[in-house]
Amino acid sequence: MSMFKVFDVAGSAMSAQSLRLNVTASNMANANSVSSSEGETYRARQPVFAAMLEQANGGQQANVGVQVKGIVESQAPLQRQFNPNHPMANEEGYVFMPNVNVVEEMANMISASRSYQSNVEVINTAKQLMMKTLTMGQ
Amino acid sequence: MPGLDNALGLHEAALRVRAQRMETLSSNLANADTPNYKARDIDFKAVLSDYQSNSVPASALKTTHANHLQQSGGVMGATLQYRNPIQPSIDGNTVDTQVEKGKFMENALQYQATLQFIDGRIRTLRKAIRGE
Repeated sequence: MSMFKVFDVAGSAMSAQSLRLNVTASNMANANSVSSSEGETYRARQPVFAAMLEQANGGQQANVGVQVKGIVESQAPLQRQFNPNHPMANEEGYVFMPNVNVVEEMANMISASRSYQSNVEVINTAKQLMMKTLTMGQ
Repeated sequence: MPGLDNALGLHEAALRVRAQRMETLSSNLANADTPNYKARDIDFKAVLSDYQSNSVPASALKTTHANHLQQSGGVMGATLQYRNPIQPSIDGNTVDTQVEKGKFMENALQYQATLQFIDGRIRTLRKAIRGE
């Protein structure tokens, strides 16, 4: 029965959203990880989502899951802080802060958890409907 | 009374379309954060009138011989249409989570209603068979 595909689709979305939560967590955790050179500094990461489009049916496919195409690092400029007393400071007395925007990450986290929740609801509803279908005519 | 194979009437076909629509709406919800994804839906009314008029759907198999099997009903060819977004977003995504959730719940209810209609038909048949 094709209704089983609902579980695949919602499941793929849940794994994508949990990866997004994971990335957000690592960004938040490293928001204050300073380093002494620009190359070593942590950069904010973001997952890239894409629809799993199967063209077999001329674009008329009803079920389209989500896949994570990859994770990109933010190219925003790093913050340079003058802090000569810091143990990680370079010769000029600067430390480099990651380009993580904590406020943005919080909003991202809320969006990801809401999307996750709505997919859980979809799975629950589909499960209920299937159980009712199984007991049809009894 | 028509043959036993269409004892359930329209509802059997309706159930299939409802299941297909549920898949489509769950895809929309799954791709709520995917850039350039366009929300899609099935026009139930159009599919139903297609089925009732019993016209051959555009996606029907071509038959070149009189003995070839004909695809029955128009349900298999339910065409997906793109939704008009209420709030299009800058990343090209047209999924409005609230709208999709509402449609999904509506469709789930209609699916259950169809199930109950089928249940009623089965109960009627059973009563007739037992002669109660």
